[in-house]
Amino acid sequence: MSEIDSILPLELDGIGFGVHGRPLLSGIGLRLESGSRTVVLGPNGAGKSLLLRICHGLLPPTEGSLRWGGAGRPLPDPLVRRRQAMVFQRPVLLRRSALANIRYVLGLIGLPRRRRQVVAMAALARFGLADLAGRPARVLSGGEQQRLALARAWVVEPDVLFLDEPTSALDPASTLAVEMAIHEFHAAGAKIVMTTHDLGQARRLADEVVFLSRGRLVEVSAASHFFKGPASPQARAFLAGELAC
Amino acid sequence: MLDLTAALSTAAALVIELDPQMLDIVRLSVLVSGSAVLLAALIGLPLGAVLALAVFPGRGLLVVMINACMGLPPVVVGLAIYLLLSRAGPLGQFGLLFTPSAMVVAQTVLVLPIVAALSRQVVADLWDEYGEQLRSLGAGKFSVVATLLWDGRFSLLTAVLAGFGRASAEVGAVMIVGGNISGVTRTMTTAIALETSKGDLPLALGLGIVLIGLVTAVNAVVFLVGQSARRRMG
Amino acid sequence: MLKRSLVLALALLLWSLALPAAPPACADDRFITLASTTSTDQSGLFGFLLPAFQRDSGIAVRVVAVGTGQALKLGERGDADVLLVHDRAGEDKFVAEGFGIDRRDVMYNDFVVVGPSNDPAGIKGSGSAGEAFRRIAAARAAFASRGDDSGTNRAELRLWQAIGVEVRAGGAGWYRELGSGMGETLNTAAGMNAYAMTDRGTWASFKNRQSLVILLEGDKALFNPYGSILVNPARHPGVKAADALIWHRWLTGPRGQAAIAGFKIAGEQLFFPDAK
Repeated sequence: MSEIDSILPLELDGIGFGVHGRPLLSGIGLRLESGSRTVVLGPNGAGKSLLLRICHGLLPPTEGSLRWGGAGRPLPDPLVRRRQAMVFQRPVLLRRSALANIRYVLGLIGLPRRRRQVVAMAALARFGLADLAGRPARVLSGGEQQRLALARAWVVEPDVLFLDEPTSALDPASTLAVEMAIHEFHAAGAKIVMTTHDLGQARRLADEVVFLSRGRLVEVSAASHFFKGPASPQARAFLAGELAC
Repeated sequence: MLDLTAALSTAAALVIELDPQMLDIVRLSVLVSGSAVLLAALIGLPLGAVLALAVFPGRGLLVVMINACMGLPPVVVGLAIYLLLSRAGPLGQFGLLFTPSAMVVAQTVLVLPIVAALSRQVVADLWDEYGEQLRSLGAGKFSVVATLLWDGRFSLLTAVLAGFGRASAEVGAVMIVGGNISGVTRTMTTAIALETSKGDLPLALGLGIVLIGLVTAVNAVVFLVGQSARRRMG
Repeated sequence: MLKRSLVLALALLLWSLALPAAPPACADDRFITLASTTSTDQSGLFGFLLPAFQRDSGIAVRVVAVGTGQALKLGERGDADVLLVHDRAGEDKFVAEGFGIDRRDVMYNDFVVVGPSNDPAGIKGSGSAGEAFRRIAAARAAFASRGDDSGTNRAELRLWQAIGVEVRAGGAGWYRELGSGMGETLNTAAGMNAYAMTDRGTWASFKNRQSLVILLEGDKALFNPYGSILVNPARHPGVKAADALIWHRWLTGPRGQAAIAGFKIAGEQLFFPDAK
């Protein structure tokens, strides 16, 4: 695989997703550039998680197209997959130690066996989990598990990190720890694409806001503009806490 | 009542005296059923996993058939394997009939559906839980099968134990394909059948108690190993 | 991890296949497969006879003991090398159809009629098997039949036929066809206080008699001859014809015949050699 700088930008064109003829997303056109932190906001059922999964390639869209890497020859699929990672609301960890969970991913990406221990321990240390290396991953606390999921994503060195409501199940202290971890990714040059319910978190983290409502892309703007005064009525209602769906 | 007391004391005597003939029979039972379970696990665990994960036309039908085969009558399986291995049958030239190998084959056929059906269910449930994450990590097909089988190892162990229980309990299949030849293909269950037909009920019951004790011991060991592993690995 | 588990799996597979290939003792031992009947096996005769043969010839005999019908079937399919059964009609048919060669008389024993000690049909002292069966049918007393197409069963059915009683029509509630071996049938007869016809050998070593006793014996009609037949190697090339012939000759020769006569349970001889 030829080494390229980044798989970004990601361009979505007319993306739609329907189930049994019922559209859950429609007409999404979006361009995600490298470097910034994009937060996807919207009321429940707006399609935020769905959009993330389509971008990450977990679900194929029923309409429209996705394109990685911008103009020029399309990038090979294995490369595109390899350079992304996703963290889910509830972390899915294997029934093995924390360290073994990281080593598992290192095995998947083909890192030589003798290097895995060192790389895995370094990742654990970066996210404050070095002491828990030998602990079964499933007995860790929610916050520790989420940080482990992030450490696991870290070793992949992704160009894009998708996060689907990563802290909604966590207490404030763990939430803070996870947000600091996200900073690490961003500082290392990864694009962050995140959904959240927590407006405070959105304010803290977002450079750019993508606002969805009822499966449609209603507004995309810089975070400062969005939180001061969004252009669309739905976004205004949402920020005012009025919009239920 | 008298029979039960006689049976218990016969069982005790058998165990204490370590009668060599009985030891042979016990050893053969363990070898045959153990080997059958091992083979069935080697084939059935991945087979169940593939059935859980792969999508292809006719999958539903295959799943129904495998589930139904969990209830295959042992004596029917024995008869079918006999016809296959008989000198007059298609595989006769291997000379496997009336040997422990034939018994292993027959019991593997009996146990395989159980292991495959239960493995399929375990892996399907795990895939519901792990699927998105594993796909996000880019795990390839073989890796997914191996990962899910290993992660579900405690539940799958129960499936394998169910298979072992079925194998060590059956008599119909091993009787037909093994021939219950003294010193060669006589297992605990066929010995019990023989002693019953000779009217020696205390001995038959005694052997039965030894067999149950053996299977219980196997289950106990596996349980303890599982418990300690679970404590270590969550 | 995947590679290691694959290697482990392969190793386990090979181990499990190699393991029960042959009886653990000595895989080079010569042996033949003898199809015989459960009644012969359960009498204990083989436990006495086979070690003597093995000492003389160095050949082990593996006995598959099933009903006569199944034993003949094993012979037809070439799954046994030689037969020792007790159903003359079946044996002759077996040879006539080309499945067997060189049928020889070996020995005989006899059948006895057993029943509950209070003898509800009053067959004790009836003098002949035919008369005893007639009394059982007349009294509609419970009778347990093997019903399994064995040599014993065929002999029993011939006796009913000889006195003109149609027992297999069903609906004759006193006649119970069990589809079982001799021992199981006796177990059931003991449990339901029924009459039954059994070979003396099985009876002698049967331990669950409860209230059953011998009520009739000695009638010539209860005579039970055994024949040894070689499975025809022309039909099944895999048959161990040479070693089977050694057994066949030994059994019908002076040493085998003497061994048969020497087999006793509680001082009583069970089988009477009559090779010609």
